[in-house]
Amino acid sequence: MSIELDSPRSVATASGRLSQRALTTRQAIADRLFRISLVAATLVFVAIIGGLFVELVQGSWDSIVAFGPAFLWSSEWNPVTNHFGALPFIFGTVVSSAIAIAVAGVVGISAAVFLAEFAPRAVARPISFLIELLAAVPSVVFGLWGLFVLAPILGHVADPFLQRYFGFLPIFSGTIYGIGLLTAGLLLALMIVPTVAAIARDLILAVPNELREASISLGATRWETATRVVLPSARAGILGACVLALGRALGETIAVTMVIGNRPAISASLFAPAYTLSSVIANEFTEATSSLYLSALLELGLILFIISVAVNGIARLMMWSMLRAQGRRP
Amino acid sequence: MIAGDRLGSSRRVAGLAGVVLTGFCSALAAGLLILLLGYVVVQGWSAINPSFITQLPHPVGVSGGGVANGIVGTVIVVGLATLISVPIGVLTGLYLAVYGRGIAAELVRFLAEVLSGVPSIAIGLFAYTILVKPFAHFSALSAAFAFAVLMLPLMIRTSEEAVRGVPTSIREGALALGLPDYGGVMHVVLPAARPLIVTGLLLSIARVTGETAPLLFTAFGSQFWEVNPTNPMAVLALQIFTYAISPYDDWHRQAWGGALLLILAVLVLNIGARIALAGRTKKF
Repeated sequence: MSIELDSPRSVATASGRLSQRALTTRQAIADRLFRISLVAATLVFVAIIGGLFVELVQGSWDSIVAFGPAFLWSSEWNPVTNHFGALPFIFGTVVSSAIAIAVAGVVGISAAVFLAEFAPRAVARPISFLIELLAAVPSVVFGLWGLFVLAPILGHVADPFLQRYFGFLPIFSGTIYGIGLLTAGLLLALMIVPTVAAIARDLILAVPNELREASISLGATRWETATRVVLPSARAGILGACVLALGRALGETIAVTMVIGNRPAISASLFAPAYTLSSVIANEFTEATSSLYLSALLELGLILFIISVAVNGIARLMMWSMLRAQGRRP
Repeated sequence: MIAGDRLGSSRRVAGLAGVVLTGFCSALAAGLLILLLGYVVVQGWSAINPSFITQLPHPVGVSGGGVANGIVGTVIVVGLATLISVPIGVLTGLYLAVYGRGIAAELVRFLAEVLSGVPSIAIGLFAYTILVKPFAHFSALSAAFAFAVLMLPLMIRTSEEAVRGVPTSIREGALALGLPDYGGVMHVVLPAARPLIVTGLLLSIARVTGETAPLLFTAFGSQFWEVNPTNPMAVLALQIFTYAISPYDDWHRQAWGGALLLILAVLVLNIGARIALAGRTKKF
């Protein structure tokens, strides 16, 4: 029996510790072990994340020392001469993701507005379900479909069409391969639409009904209410959702590797093959012949890691600030 | 504008056009999923036969063969990943739910959110540097570790939410009966939170079952039967990738068959997660 037996302690609240009450010795030991195991698991988790960062920095150290910051803007990638630069991969990653978020942002937010504001339940539920399932489709299946269905369609139908009518623009000039930046961007758009649509829909649904009622009572139509009252009040959160989706696009690997063409070149044309940070790692990591080559690939991984952490941090901050602003509202 | 006034026709047309356009976008997203699924089913169905799921891959040029070793490999790698991540994930979630106030807990939550956005290929590189390079040997275990790390954020978040979702009255009831932290959590809170924890677990398993990128330099793939987790191992998702980018029609067919199997597995896991979630509402 412990001494605590006589001391009256407060009954726990949901927010505080579960128990401050009298315990037998055996219970006290079990309790302590329980607490220790929870803390230990949490420390293991923190150690894993710390290890992830440390290992990436350590692995890319040779490359960081050899090329310095110029690694970021050098466009030479030559395993034979052991000269490595990340620019073509950063370019490919940024452009393909930009296409993806531009398309997925428009389609996803529109779908969210429709599902949250206009669609009757009987329509909204199955469509929401299908869009959520789209998020579950494995990347490699998207890649397979992109390679054998989307790329031929773009290569034979859409790209020639764009070139015929908009070929004067440099982005639609040049040889059409079917695979390339545009194909990768559109496939990515399809992959991240569910993220945008699902989060934006939830945020729109969370907008207080009083705002809609006030707007309608002022004579606005439902469309005007949706676009001028509801959307603006959820703007910060929806922007956050888009940034989150952008983060997914930036790091996506397998599907992009299958349709982007894998050529480390910077070209004005969206039809041209390109390369991304993640796909060059996927393709060349097991074939890297020198330790500097391996280190350069690890540095690409480190860049990807830092970009994704920054992008996700920004996205969380935006959505958090919106929820907090809504919480303050009476 | 005065209430009851008739709307200008341009405003009405704009509203109608808006609804039609947004509706079209919804239909586009949902329709593309149906197209994609339909295509995988049609292409995959012709590739699936008994030997496809019971035989080893055949060499190029020899038609037939299957992905049996990849199916077994997927089960082994995902199973090991689950074994690694469940204790860490659930206990960390519990920690956040039970003791999770203050800066330290906020930091852990932030790290979990950050980790959920880290590309899987970067996590694959991490697994390579700590579990492949030191042993100079690709292994299923390193792949399982990478998958476990990928599973953690979702498991931590769902476990925390599951425990927080248990009504305060139930927790206080356990305390009123004299149960300590440990007893209260193990015998009262956890059983009540179980459906949601299982949902999170199934969703994280679904997430990694289709994951391919980290496998390229961890599990690496194999043409043979392999059940020893310290050796390179075939995994279904990786086989699909290898077959898809090969120049052989025969292998493309295999890729579609594999994609159908993979998509079925992931959908079953997702629907299972929804069923587990539905079980929760009956409890309270």
